[in-house]
Amino acid sequence: MQQFIQNLAEKNQHQVTHLLEILREIQARYHHIPADAIEQLALLLKIPRTQIISVVEFYSFFTDSPRGQYELLISDSITDHMLGKKNLMEYIVSKLKVGVGGVRSDGLVSLDNTSCSGMCDQGPAGLVNGHALTHLDRSRIDTIAELINQQIPLADWPAEFFQVDDNIHKPGLLLSQGIVHGQALKKAMARGLKATLQEIDQSGLRGRGGAGFKTAMKWQFCSEEAENERYVVCNADEGEPGTFKDRVLLNSYAHQVFEGMTLCAAIIGAKQGFLYLRGEYLHLVDKLQSVLDERRQFGLLGNNILDRLDFDIEIRLGAGAYICGEESALIESLEGKAGIPRNRPPYPVSQGYLGKPTVVNNVETFYAAAAIAVNGGDWFASVGTAKSKGSKILSICGDCARPGIYEYPFGTTMQKILTDCGAEDVLGLQIGGPSGTFISNQEFDRKLAFEDLATGGSFIVFNNSRNILDIAHNFTHFFAHESCGFCTPCRVGTSLLRQQLDKIVDGHGSAGDVVALEELCQLVKTHSHCGLGQTAANPVLTTLERYPELYQSQLKLISYEPGFDLDAALETARRMANRDDAGAHLAQTDAE
Amino acid sequence: MAKIRIATTSLAGCFGCHMSFLDLDERLVALADLVEFDRSPITDIEHCTNCDIGLIEGGVCNSENVHTLREFRKNCKILVAVGACAINGGLPAMRNFIPLEECLSEAYLDGIGVENPQIPSDPELPLLLDKVRPIHEVVKIDYFLPGCPPSADVFWAFLTDLLEGREPSLSYELVHYD
Ligand SMILES: Cc1cc2nc3c(=O)[nH]c(=O)nc-3n(C[C@H](O)[C@H](O)[C@H](O)COP(=O)(O)O)c2cc1C
Ligand code: SF4
Ligand code: SF4
Repeated sequence: MQQFIQNLAEKNQHQVTHLLEILREIQARYHHIPADAIEQLALLLKIPRTQIISVVEFYSFFTDSPRGQYELLISDSITDHMLGKKNLMEYIVSKLKVGVGGVRSDGLVSLDNTSCSGMCDQGPAGLVNGHALTHLDRSRIDTIAELINQQIPLADWPAEFFQVDDNIHKPGLLLSQGIVHGQALKKAMARGLKATLQEIDQSGLRGRGGAGFKTAMKWQFCSEEAENERYVVCNADEGEPGTFKDRVLLNSYAHQVFEGMTLCAAIIGAKQGFLYLRGEYLHLVDKLQSVLDERRQFGLLGNNILDRLDFDIEIRLGAGAYICGEESALIESLEGKAGIPRNRPPYPVSQGYLGKPTVVNNVETFYAAAAIAVNGGDWFASVGTAKSKGSKILSICGDCARPGIYEYPFGTTMQKILTDCGAEDVLGLQIGGPSGTFISNQEFDRKLAFEDLATGGSFIVFNNSRNILDIAHNFTHFFAHESCGFCTPCRVGTSLLRQQLDKIVDGHGSAGDVVALEELCQLVKTHSHCGLGQTAANPVLTTLERYPELYQSQLKLISYEPGFDLDAALETARRMANRDDAGAHLAQTDAE
Repeated sequence: MAKIRIATTSLAGCFGCHMSFLDLDERLVALADLVEFDRSPITDIEHCTNCDIGLIEGGVCNSENVHTLREFRKNCKILVAVGACAINGGLPAMRNFIPLEECLSEAYLDGIGVENPQIPSDPELPLLLDKVRPIHEVVKIDYFLPGCPPSADVFWAFLTDLLEGREPSLSYELVHYD
């Protein structure tokens, strides 16, 4: 192991910023991060071992105790559940003979849940040693169990198990008209970089990652900082459950995304760019590397691009943390640290990666910017609404006949989208993922737009067979799991929210419990440090607003009941003390 | 005017909250003009009767705590969680990270120096809950006084507010700890 780690550190030039890369390789080889490895790394990288431990503990793909040689993770997104995840998981447990969260005694396989793996249109999905598995069903599990028992290397598993489809059903303004490699850069150089920034401004392009900040303004601010080192970062963390359009853009349109990044670099004056790719998209890495190589060969990346520009792009992988999609947490992660959001201001445009001005944009934002550089701002602004120009790429999943990728001009109604994707008997929609909004079937005349229903791309359809509380429950658990733990209102608040909602859903709720739930929501929303905590209560708030009677109907007509089974809480003590007398039991409520 | 009746008890707590209450010192004399104590370690009354205010220190770690807490809830118009242990489980809840089975085995079966290893089994003894719980997870609680322990000033502010018919509120200084 010593030699392995020494080589690894050398390969990464002893850079602390590469800590995640290093740990990913250690985890891949040893299926955990051994304490000895941490000691050795601390010496090699000249950092305290606690710094490494904090990173290991932070990311869900790193473990301090050994996992199986085949680390199997099953996606826990609501959409996986709608495709029968619960039953499938029970089947996996019985077939592989390993509990959820456990490692089989022979050490061959471990099993656990993981947050949405971004395969919502082809689930139930999972990951084996980081590689995406799609369309899981009982027969595939049977085969997988065999493959594991016979210790067949992943490379020899059936390729269709790992097949990931684009499922593009409705290309629009951007997807139907790609650009020729290099065209955006050439046009920009010919037009002039200032004038090109002007075009992007003219286009009205706003960030596609969720917040909708004007892209031209972000680039302008970054270029105006009095520094000589700047960075371009493409945010491909895509962790919002129900979002998978960036995966498709990177799979089939990576040239245009990289071109958008290069364009940004030319405009702001950056020499180095990063694609921060969520660890769940490991399967894209080789392909993306070859696109980068191709671009270097074409003279579109590297030194002397079009005789004007030096710029290169490095791919960095995440390790299973939704919070790393938040731009300042992402930058921390790029620097090799735990992904804890920074205080803002200063914003990344003034102090980002290594404290230098940094533009962080979503994949789709760069993709659109490249097209705008070619076709001009007016072309883009010709569709959309007054405040939301252009088109939006949606990843649609859930209860519809044709889940996949759809591109619409802003201003399109929900009804139109639902008709296109073949959704019937609809109960409601989750727009923008768990952090977004739930809307009921009374609101389908509402529009896709920043000023009405904004989304980073997630669009989940629920039909009338679904239960609102199950949805709120799944999303609330997601946030409690993904809270980075930095600030108390979110760390404690999301756990309390989960507990309080579980209490109501499990039928232990009583008179004041919905009011208490709502108060908790407000507290978490208003006191949290970053966007995660500020939106973590949305699943409850947006459903409670629409279906208050549903929550109330769960409550018992008594003033109070504990949220857990009191008598069961005595079971261990009862068994060990060998007692079963009346005094060894407790009634659930104080009815006596 | 009839005096306000207060009952107090310590469940899974260290009596530190009670000690802090006694730190009211000379203010206790003023308080005694307005209140009288029902069930409390101060009085040795064993069961509470109709009370206005119940102050609970400590979390819920065993079945007896549950019964005591229910007795307080039944008899007190206002029930108050006093201190970190009552509010969060506090120090005793550190055992929540260790399975109860291991705790009991270590203490009574295979810990160092254990003689005549056996798990105590007597109907007189309360059984331990698998986890130490904050009291609001077992009964409805009306107010929470934070602190470990809450300072005498917190008790004073809270009780005088209640006695004078105001909605109790604690100023920032009283709940600011660092
Ligand atoms: C918890 C959280 C998760 C986020 N996840 C993503 C993400 O996966 N992808 C993304 O582009 N932006 C994400 N964002 C938004 C980013 O912080 C940032 O606004 C965005 O990357 C800026 O790019 P844009 O202007 O092109 O949208 C997230 C924000 C928060 C608070
Ligand atoms: S709000 Fe949540 S995710 Fe954001 S910093 Fe606080 S604990 Fe971390
Ligand atoms: S809150 Fe502090 S002082 Fe009060 S019982 Fe608990 S440990 Fe003791």
